[in-house]
Amino acid sequence: MTMYYNEMVDGGRVREPYAMLSDWIEAMPAEIRQMKQAEAEALFRRIGITFAVYGEGGDPDRLIPFDMMPRVFLQSEWRRLERGIKQRARALNAFLRDVYGRGEIVRAGRIPARLVYQNAAYEKAVVGFVPPRGVFSHIVGIDIVRTGRDEFYVLEDNCRTPSGVSYMLENREIMMRMFPALFRNNCIEPVDQYPELLRRTLASVAPAKCDGPPTVVILTPGHYNSAYYEHSFLANLMGIELVEGSDLFVDGGFVYMRTTQGPKRVDVIYRRIDDQFLDPLCFRRDSMLGVPGLMDVYRSGGVSIASAPGAGVADDKAVYTFVPEMIRFYLGEEPILRNVQTWTLWKDEDYRYVMANLKDLVVKEVHGSGGYGMLIGPCATQAEIEAFALRIQADPGNYIAQPVLALSTSPTFVDEGVAPRHVDLRPFCLCGDRIELVPGGLTRVALREGSLVVNSSQGGGVKDTWILSE
Amino acid sequence: MRLKIIHETSYFYDPPAQGLVQSLRLTPSVHQGQRVSGWTISVSGGQRGASFRDGAGDWIEGWTVRGPVQEVVVSIAGQVETRDTAGVLRDHRETVHPLVYMRPTAVTGTDPGLCELARSVQGEDALDLAHRLAEAVSAAIAYVPGVTESHTTAAEALALGQGVCQDHAHALIACARERGMPARYVSGYLHSNAGGEPHDAAHAWAEVHVGALGWVGFDAANACCPDDRYVRLGSGLDADDAAPVRGTTFGTGEESLDVRVQVEEMEQ
Repeated sequence: MTMYYNEMVDGGRVREPYAMLSDWIEAMPAEIRQMKQAEAEALFRRIGITFAVYGEGGDPDRLIPFDMMPRVFLQSEWRRLERGIKQRARALNAFLRDVYGRGEIVRAGRIPARLVYQNAAYEKAVVGFVPPRGVFSHIVGIDIVRTGRDEFYVLEDNCRTPSGVSYMLENREIMMRMFPALFRNNCIEPVDQYPELLRRTLASVAPAKCDGPPTVVILTPGHYNSAYYEHSFLANLMGIELVEGSDLFVDGGFVYMRTTQGPKRVDVIYRRIDDQFLDPLCFRRDSMLGVPGLMDVYRSGGVSIASAPGAGVADDKAVYTFVPEMIRFYLGEEPILRNVQTWTLWKDEDYRYVMANLKDLVVKEVHGSGGYGMLIGPCATQAEIEAFALRIQADPGNYIAQPVLALSTSPTFVDEGVAPRHVDLRPFCLCGDRIELVPGGLTRVALREGSLVVNSSQGGGVKDTWILSE
Repeated sequence: MRLKIIHETSYFYDPPAQGLVQSLRLTPSVHQGQRVSGWTISVSGGQRGASFRDGAGDWIEGWTVRGPVQEVVVSIAGQVETRDTAGVLRDHRETVHPLVYMRPTAVTGTDPGLCELARSVQGEDALDLAHRLAEAVSAAIAYVPGVTESHTTAAEALALGQGVCQDHAHALIACARERGMPARYVSGYLHSNAGGEPHDAAHAWAEVHVGALGWVGFDAANACCPDDRYVRLGSGLDADDAAPVRGTTFGTGEESLDVRVQVEEMEQ
């Protein structure tokens, strides 16, 4: 029987961060709770926040369940997470600078050359280029799980265009609107400075050729994209333009945006479209979403792109296993946050161990996401395990395996009252002239009893995340 | 050899185009086998934009033309002094790791036929193996223009047994990668073929990375290694990636084009 860390009740006593919430729950009659839950749902529907998180696909108009019970951290707990997250973001950017430059970490034999240079996310077109301030990944989303009072693990890094931050902001907004007393009576660190920090971060990486206040835009693939809501939400909060590829054009050595007052030069593009669609002259020729000629302007220093094309080479599940090594190699520090033990199936020894223990492990595709293409051994039938084993045999290099993590639980409203449900956390770290992290993130919760899968496509919901100031 | 090159491409748009954006990889590489003396690129009615040398060592120039425009002429003129390095690319400044060129693309993927061809020869060392592979490709695909198209894959060309320089290069790239050697597509100009007949079109061949020697060119279409008759422009994973011209035209018009390439030996 696996023991799960309960973030509210430890050793038979209610833990400090949850003490006042415990009183709050007890004081709330069931009818009021149901009424409030209905009110929260109506608010979410009205603002239209219905997109799927993390590119999971599915019905874009589906509402992701919101749980009113916040997830709470003490400031002392958060300080450690914060140091660990910033350390990781620095190392990931150092790695990207290196592998698009001299490749010292490969020469030093600390990571196999094949994993870097034959990686599908490695972009030849970026080799030899150093973006402003040496930053490749400007928004790093780091997925964290907790397994004990002082035990935190990083599940994965997201260096491309991590989504979900609008949930972090909206969850807080809705909680504050519905329960103002909770915020009056407790010192909860604010998160609403995120849009301004994001805008400042993006402006700080404007190219040297920009000679005035930088013009920053968000480039979206359009309203059919599942995260379109987030794109327009962030553009609004930052007070910048939301554009599609057809709104931008290259003329001479710069990128311009069409406006009613004529063309306006653009200095920084926060793109929410994938590398392959950015520029038909460099990547996929059939892309209608990008801007022809954009990469030439980028390479010659006429515009900045966040995140840099090719940033994805730092965040696949195989490269993940080397992040602690990156931290030691580039920063000369020991990792503050631990990696989950990972078996890489292209190694014979790991392969043999994993194949013999499939029923106890989680097996994932190296480039998979959203909880698809994975096997959760303890929850799978014998037939499912055998079928998955055949897939692994066909292409072992495409898989990694990890132990089933005992994700911590946080109290969650369910039909019968309040019950523990498993959670994870995605904070959003900003990298520009400085490294910034707002105190909080997006907590995802597995609403089904006993479920360890927090993905919204598989019954997951979201919560507000509180950092209590002391 | 001292080669004089004139390369003119005329684009016609009917109705006129709203504008166009081009990315040109049309400047000779800097390496031991060639020295450029005078090279001009001009695009009629165009504005030169972003220019830079990329990680593969290629000089890239971005050009934009504002519409409406009916005809655009891209003119290249220049002189290159070449010498024979037996196909070996020396003193070429590039930072892309050779393993990047192990990545298969849509047109350079293998099939059982290509794998069999790749496995049909043995070499004493990497260089010898690359030579044997180039010979095998030359023998398996006859030079026949007009049979294949720009999107024909290496596997299709091999099955046909016929093709042009692009198909030979793709097939050799696929075979070399299959044998664990990084390989890439090179675009450029050729003065005359092995028989001394003048060559009046742009040319393409392959480069294979052979250990300590580095990149070595192989022209399977002409069953030789590039020598002083060749002028190298740039490289890529395949023909599309190495294309000397990539462009987008805005508008609804039909595009037609006319290409004229002249590679002449100059008097000493």
